[in-house]
Amino acid sequence: MKKMKLVMVGNGMAGVRTIEELIKIAPDLYDICVFGAEPYANYNRILLSPVLAGEMTVKEIMLNDVEWYQQQGIELHLNKKVVHIDRVNRKVLTEDGMEQVYDRLLLATGSNPVVLPIPGKDLPGVITYRDIYDTHAMIEAAKQYRHAVVIGGGLLGLEAANGLNLRGMAVTVVHLGDWLMERQLDKVAADMLKSSLEKKGLSFLLNKQTTVINAGPDGRVESIGFSDGQTIPADLVVMAVGVRPNEELAKASGIHCLRGVVVSDTMQSFDPKIYAVGECVSHRGVAYGLVAPLFEMSKVCANHLAQLGIGRYEGSVTSTKLKVTGVDLFSAGHFQSDADTEEIVLHDAAGGVYKKIVLKDDKIVGSVMVGDTSDGAWYFQMLREKQNVAEIRDHLLFGQSHLGNTGHQGQSRAAEMADSMEVCGCNGVCKGVIVKAIKEKGLFSLDEVRKHTKASSSCGSCTGLVEQILASTVGGAYAAQPNRNKPLCGCTDHTHEETRQVIRSEHLLSISAVMDFMKWKTPNGCASCRPALNYYLLSTWPHEALDDPQSRFINERAHANIQKDGTYSVVPRMFGGVTTANDLRRIADVVDKYQIPTVKVTGGQRIDLLGVKKADLPKVWADLAMPSGHAYAKALRTVKTCVGSEWCRFGVQDSTQMGIQLERTFAKMYAPHKVKLAVSGCPRNCAESGIKDVGVIGVDSGWEIYVAGNGGIKTEVAQFFCKVKTAFEVLEYAGAFLQVYREEARYLDRTVHWVARVGLDYVKKRVVEDEESRKALYGRLLYAIQDEKDPWAERTLGLSRHEFEPLSVLD
Amino acid sequence: MDVTPMSRWIKVGTLEQIPRLGARVVQTRHGPIAVFRTADDAVFALLDQCPHKGGPLSQGIVFGHHVACPLHNWSIHLKDGQAEAPDEGCAKRFQVKQDQEQIFLDIGD
Ligand code: SRM
Ligand SMILES: Cc1cc2nc3c(=O)[nH]c(=O)nc-3n(C[C@H](O)[C@H](O)[C@H](O)COP(=O)(O)OP(=O)(O)OC[C@H]3O[C@@H](n4cnc5c(N)ncnc54)[C@H](O)[C@@H]3O)c2cc1C
Ligand code: SF4
Ligand code: FES
Repeated sequence: MKKMKLVMVGNGMAGVRTIEELIKIAPDLYDICVFGAEPYANYNRILLSPVLAGEMTVKEIMLNDVEWYQQQGIELHLNKKVVHIDRVNRKVLTEDGMEQVYDRLLLATGSNPVVLPIPGKDLPGVITYRDIYDTHAMIEAAKQYRHAVVIGGGLLGLEAANGLNLRGMAVTVVHLGDWLMERQLDKVAADMLKSSLEKKGLSFLLNKQTTVINAGPDGRVESIGFSDGQTIPADLVVMAVGVRPNEELAKASGIHCLRGVVVSDTMQSFDPKIYAVGECVSHRGVAYGLVAPLFEMSKVCANHLAQLGIGRYEGSVTSTKLKVTGVDLFSAGHFQSDADTEEIVLHDAAGGVYKKIVLKDDKIVGSVMVGDTSDGAWYFQMLREKQNVAEIRDHLLFGQSHLGNTGHQGQSRAAEMADSMEVCGCNGVCKGVIVKAIKEKGLFSLDEVRKHTKASSSCGSCTGLVEQILASTVGGAYAAQPNRNKPLCGCTDHTHEETRQVIRSEHLLSISAVMDFMKWKTPNGCASCRPALNYYLLSTWPHEALDDPQSRFINERAHANIQKDGTYSVVPRMFGGVTTANDLRRIADVVDKYQIPTVKVTGGQRIDLLGVKKADLPKVWADLAMPSGHAYAKALRTVKTCVGSEWCRFGVQDSTQMGIQLERTFAKMYAPHKVKLAVSGCPRNCAESGIKDVGVIGVDSGWEIYVAGNGGIKTEVAQFFCKVKTAFEVLEYAGAFLQVYREEARYLDRTVHWVARVGLDYVKKRVVEDEESRKALYGRLLYAIQDEKDPWAERTLGLSRHEFEPLSVLD
Repeated sequence: MDVTPMSRWIKVGTLEQIPRLGARVVQTRHGPIAVFRTADDAVFALLDQCPHKGGPLSQGIVFGHHVACPLHNWSIHLKDGQAEAPDEGCAKRFQVKQDQEQIFLDIGD
C-alpha cells in the first residue's frame, strides 16, 4: 500500500515531538517531509538561556540531529520557508519555489516575538530573543559593546538580561509595569526577585515606556529614550515584550485564525486535513507559550494523525520557573487572591523566602514561591488534580516532607541536596546520576527519568523528590505528568480510564482483544500492563472474561509470596485473627513435616510460614487444610479485629464477630490493589481502624465506618464515611464502597490514592446518599465473588500442576 | 533422558508442556535452567538466576522476547540473557532447539 504523505511546516519543539510520537505508534503510515525556516535541526529552544549565560553550548542543546531524520526516513528541508498553502490541490509552496503535495499537513510554526512599533526598531543592534541566531548575535555583541538594554521584565527578558550580564555587559531592564513578571508574580515576590537580581549586578527601570531608539554616527543603535524624556546609552537593545502566534501562513490560505490557528480538541484546524500544534495554535481561546502544554498537544495530535482517534487535548494549567542560576522562583495558577479566595503566606524577608498559596473552596488555585521552591512540584500537582487540602492545610506551607513520608524524611529540598545524596532508596540512585541523565539525554518527564535511571520506579516514595530535581534542572519545561492523562504504560498512549471504558463499551473479554482494539504498540504488552488488563477484564466481566495466569505476577500465579531466595511463604486465613487449637496443631505438624525454617506472626494477625519450596506448596496446602489468606494477592488481605464486647471491659460492640463476618463475605475479592480492613469494639480502636482501607469502629449506637486509610509507604489516616446501625449495614456500605473502588480505580491504586483523585464526596454520593446505587453495587460485588473457588483447595486437587513441577530433571 | 551419541542435545519435554508466555524449569548439574516459550512459540533457555540478585527468572512475566525478573523487575533479553539498560549484567544462556514439538537442550559439559 502506498503510504500517505505528511508534510510539516516548522521544525521546532512541538512539531518534532509530534513526529516522534507518531513514529512510535504508527511507524509505517506516512512518508514524512519537514520544512524548517531555521538552518538547524531540532534543538531545545528553552535551553538557549543557559547557552547565552555560557552554561551550555549549542551542541549540547540539540534534541535531534540531521542523522536522526535520516534514520527515520524523514525528508528534511532546512533553511526553507513555506510561503503558501494551496488547499484545493493539497500542496505547499516554498519561498524558493519548491512544491510539495500532502495528504495531511501539520502546522507547527511557533510564534514571533513582538517588535515595538517605535522609531529605530530596525536599527542594527536591535534584536529579539527567539532562536540560535539571536543568541549568537547577543554573544557577539557582548564581546564588543558595553551597554545592553533589555525591554521587557518578563521571563524571557530576565533570562536574556542575566545572560548578557554574565557575559560582562552592563545591563538595564526596562519594564512598563509596576513590578517584574506581573503575569506570574505578586508585588512581594517580584520585589524579592528584583533585589536578588540587583545583587547579581542588573539595573532596573520600572514604569518606563520606551518611545524611541536612536542611532549613533556608525548607524548602529546608541541610546534609547522614554516617554518621560530620559535617555540612556544602549549598544544593544533586546526586545522581549511578548510573542504572537505565527499564523500568517495559515491565515493567508483562508484557515480560520484568531490570535492563533484555531484548533479543536483533536488538534485539527478548520480544514480537517490540516493539523496544528505548538505556540501557533489557539485552543479554546488560549495560546500557550511553554513546552509542557505543547507536548500534551503533540501526543494527542500524533494519536489522531495515526488514525487511532482516541484522546483529546482539553487545555492545560501551566507553571513557571525562572532559569537563572541562583534565583529560585516558582509560580502557577491564580496567584492573586480576590474576594472568593484565601491566601496562606509565609514571608521571611531576611531569609529571602516567600511562599504564598491561594486557596478556593479548600483547593489550591495558585502559588508563588521565591527562595525555597522545593515544594513547587507538589503544590502544582495538587492544583492540577484539584485535591482537597483542608486536612493538610496546617502543614501545607512547611512542605511535603512534613507529612510523614517514610521514604525520605526531612530531605525533600532537591536544590540543596549534594550530588552524592541518595534519592531513591530502593534502587540506590543518587542525585548526581539523575541530574546527569536529565541533562545528557534531554529528559523532560518522570517516566523518562524512571526509564533511564530507575529512580522512583519501585516503591515510588521518592517520586516527589525526583520531580523536584527534574523541575529544578529543566525549569518550566518540566511537565509534571498530569495524572489524569497518564498512559497505562509505555506500550500504549491510552489512560487507565480510557482502557476500562473501552473494555466495557466494546464488551472485550481477553487481553489480546484489548490490545488489538486499542492498537497496543507492543506485541504482547509488558509486565506492567498485562496484570492491569487482566484485572480490568475480570472485574468488568466477572464469570465471562477468562483469567490469564501468564499475565499475573508470580505471587498470584503460584498463590504464595516469592521470597528473596526463590522459596515461598504461606499465610493461611485466620478469619478475624481468631484461631483454634486444631488449626495451630496442624500448622505445627506442617512446619515439622516440611522443615519450614521460619514461623512468624504477621503484622496482620495471622501466621506466616516462610521458606517453603515451590514444589512442596500443594502438599503443604493439602496438609494445612485451611483456606488461602491471599497474602500474596491484590485482593482482600486481613480483617484485623480486637477482642470487643465479648471479653473487653470497654467493648460496646462485638468487633470480633463483625470482623469475621466481613472477612468471610469478602475473602476471595480481588481488587486494584491489596485491601485491608479492621474492626474495633470501641473508640479506643485497638485494631487500628484509622489506617485501613475500610475501618469500622463500634460505638454505643452502632458502627462508624472510615475509609481510604493506609498504613504503608505514606501513612494516611482514614476519613469518616458514615455511621450505621446494624452489622448487615456495615457489610453493605463497606461492600458498596469496595465495589466502586473495584470498578473505577486504576490498577495499583490503593483506596487512598483513588479517593484522593475522585474525591470523598463523589464516593459518598454513590454509596451513602443513593440507596439504589449502594444496593446495586453491593449486588454486583456479591455476584462477582460468588462461586470463586479457594485457590489452594483447587491446586491440591491438581489444577495448574505444571506450575509447581520441573519440566524435567537431568542428572 | 535420550542422549544420542553424536550430539549433546538432550530431550527435555514438549512445547505444549510450557505455557505460552511462560517458562518451566529443567534441573541440571549446572543448577536450574529456565526454558521460556514466547507468544510466537520460540523457545529460549537461560540459567534460572537473575544477574541482579539471583532471582528465579522462570517465575517472571514473559513479554515480547523479554522476561521481567520477579524480584526487582529487571528486564532480561531472552535471546542472550542481557539485562536491559540502564541495568547491567547477563544471565548465562544455553542452546535450545525444537524438533517437531520436542524441545532439546544443550547444557554443555
Ligand atoms: C508478612 C508481612 C510482614 C510481617 O511479617 O508482619 C508483610 C510482608 C510484606 N509486605 Fe507488607 N506485610 C505485612 C503487613 C503489612 C502492613 C500491616 C497491616 O497489614 O496491618 C502494612 C501497612 C498497612 C497497609 O498496607 O496500609 C504493610 C505495608 C506494605 C506495603 C506498603 C503498601 C502501601 O500501600 O503503602 C507493601 C508494598 C506494596 O504492597 O506494594 C508491602 C509489601 C509486602 C511484601 C508483600 C513485599 C513483597 O512484595 O514481597 C512482603 C511479603 C512478605 C511475604 O512473603 O510474606 N507491605 N504490610 C505482613 C503480612 C500481613 C498479613 O498477615 O497478610
Ligand atoms: C530563550 C527562551 C527561553 C524559553 N524558556 C522556556 C522555559 O523555561 N520553559 C518553557 O516551557 N518554555 C520556554 N520557552 C518557550 C518554548 O521554547 C516554546 O514554547 C517552544 O519552543 C515552542 O515550540 P513550537 O514548536 O511551537 O515553536 P518553535 O520551537 O518556535 O518552532 C517553530 C519553528 O517553525 C519555524 N517556522 C515558522 N514559520 C515557518 C514557515 N513558514 N516555514 C518553515 N518554518 C517555519 C520557525 O523558524 C521555528 O523553527 C522559551 C523560549 C525562549 C525563546
Ligand atoms: S516485610 Fe515489609 S517492611 Fe519488611 S522488608 Fe519486606 S516489604 Fe519491607
Ligand atoms: S534479582 Fe532479578 S531483578 Fe533483582
